[in-house]
Amino acid sequence: MTTYPSSARTFRAEDRGTPPTRRRNVFWRMRRSWSAYAFLSVPLLLFSVFTLFALVFAFYLTFHEYNALEPDTPFVGLRNYSDMVHDQAFRGSIVNTFYFTAVSVPLTMVVGLLVALLLNLPLRGRGLLRTLYFLPVVTPFVVVAILWKWLYNGDFGLFNYYLIKTNVIDKPLLFLADQHLAMPAVILMSIWSGVGFSMVVYLAALQAIPEDLYEAARVDGANGLSRLLHITVPMLRPTTLFLAVIGIIGAFQVFTQIFVMTSGGPAEKTTTVVYFIYLAAFKFYEFGYASTLSFGLLAILLVFTVIQLRIYRKGDA
Amino acid sequence: MSGFAERGRRRTPQAVRQVTPGPDPTSAAELDAVAPDATEAVLLDADVTQPSRKRKRRSVWYWLAYVVLVPFAILFVAPFAWLISASFQNIGDIFSWPPHWIPQHPSTSGYQKFLGIGPLKGDDSPQAWRWFLNSAFVACSVTVLQLFFNSLAAYVFAKREFPGKNVIFLLFLATMMIPGQITLIPNYLVIKHIPLFGGNDILGQGGSGWLDSYWGLIMPGVVSAFGIFLLRQYMVSIPDELLDAARIDGANEFSIYFRVVLPLCGPALAATGIFTFQGAWEDFFWPLIIVSSPDHYTAPLGLALFVVEKRTQWDVLFSGSVIATLPMIIVFIIFQRRFIQGISVSGLKG
Repeated sequence: MTTYPSSARTFRAEDRGTPPTRRRNVFWRMRRSWSAYAFLSVPLLLFSVFTLFALVFAFYLTFHEYNALEPDTPFVGLRNYSDMVHDQAFRGSIVNTFYFTAVSVPLTMVVGLLVALLLNLPLRGRGLLRTLYFLPVVTPFVVVAILWKWLYNGDFGLFNYYLIKTNVIDKPLLFLADQHLAMPAVILMSIWSGVGFSMVVYLAALQAIPEDLYEAARVDGANGLSRLLHITVPMLRPTTLFLAVIGIIGAFQVFTQIFVMTSGGPAEKTTTVVYFIYLAAFKFYEFGYASTLSFGLLAILLVFTVIQLRIYRKGDA
Repeated sequence: MSGFAERGRRRTPQAVRQVTPGPDPTSAAELDAVAPDATEAVLLDADVTQPSRKRKRRSVWYWLAYVVLVPFAILFVAPFAWLISASFQNIGDIFSWPPHWIPQHPSTSGYQKFLGIGPLKGDDSPQAWRWFLNSAFVACSVTVLQLFFNSLAAYVFAKREFPGKNVIFLLFLATMMIPGQITLIPNYLVIKHIPLFGGNDILGQGGSGWLDSYWGLIMPGVVSAFGIFLLRQYMVSIPDELLDAARIDGANEFSIYFRVVLPLCGPALAATGIFTFQGAWEDFFWPLIIVSSPDHYTAPLGLALFVVEKRTQWDVLFSGSVIATLPMIIVFIIFQRRFIQGISVSGLKG
């Protein structure tokens, strides 16, 4: 188990004065423990109820048919799990979520990196530019979703207006009602709202790269591209891993955009895993089955995170 | 060390000039051929933190960065500009073709409708400003409570030694990465069965508990394992000598925490506080699930349900959106530096 040497040093002041006898130590430990437990009591209580108990209870629910509208909650063994494995609609939502994640996460990171590289230049007014790129991050997500829902509007939306004006299309597109356009539309909006975050994280990482490395490479005659590829990109690897892990976890939980912009439609093409769980739990009140689905989500996330860490470690060796 | 940086800075302009010689690229092929040099400029300039005032001639790539960044930034801001402009248009002008970037007939009718000149849905429904009061109350309560209890727990984990500490701390850590969807349903049931609230008996049966109440909105958000972890990491670096000195002076444990440790945690508290406030202000999923009466709608919930149910009143929606965004923008502008620092240090939003 982990030890915390700094905390152990807490006793040093007393120790220096009087050589600690066993009895005195125990006395002090108990006295201190009493207040430490008192400090921890409220956080620990809330944590136990809303996290620990909730986890255990969720696991318990997965083995029961727990419909909020029915008084009986019979034990059904692994039936929820086998239902989940054979659920076509759930499989469809996983495919949609993969689609969303596979496109939005890398694009958000790449655009964020490019903007960060450029904004790391000593440009005049780069503070303002950084703020502008960061604005979507501080905007409440519901507002972003509402705003973009209007931008995509089939009759009066700005997208249609400018696409028609520039003769890219001749008829207005129903972005959010078209089976093939709805998900790309949601993805574009999500990238817009996420670029600022990856930009800031990349900027911080860029500024932490020691200048000596570039200096040395320059002395050795490395040109700009090879310095980018062999210094900047490798030095940004931990940041990239971090953004990928956080991004994938976030993308797998995409919900607000879907709820506000498409309600999972058209033809369930934008029904993501979390939206599907939401429907199961709070439209159909199948709490047992919905809990099982959320454990399915956890399993997928775990697999992904482990794979990413593996790739990362392999790259290190 | 500083000598290195100094030399690098002096060398940079030369180097920039070296890598951008030759005629201006005229064809796309030529542009591709010299494109790698763009990265050259990025890197060379990247290690200069302050723009040199002496440099008169800027490289081509310096201006090209603007050529890329500025139009892109305009595209980024355009939706906001539209939002603000549309919020000052009446409903007829919003539904006009072509759209107007500058309001034709500036009007505050959307804001007026929103800010309480009459209820939104029917006579018995509350006014929309109530959503914002709810949001403000919930977000402030969650932030204050979370800062207090998180730091209390963080202090204990960072600076105290007691039986069971490692087990409890590991439990907190282990649950950090678990997606919120798993605890959602059990928490809904827990909230519903809180004893003695909302008509429940002592066993938590019969009523609605904390559902559809401020309690239900606030209490589950009061402790965050991640916040505790961040604060603990920060507190570990506070020298024990300070605590010892206070202890020798006769301070009790609470005043050591409150008067010695807490004031030294300013930056960490600010960073986590901002994120907590932001997260609570824009939280959507949890209110959506536990709130049912418009009396307790938060701003995001009210707006989202409004857009899903009432599809036409876009003037009200745009005004409401602007009002919902303003607190976040204000917090961001005031705490901009801390915000960015917080993200780069903790690397997490919300």
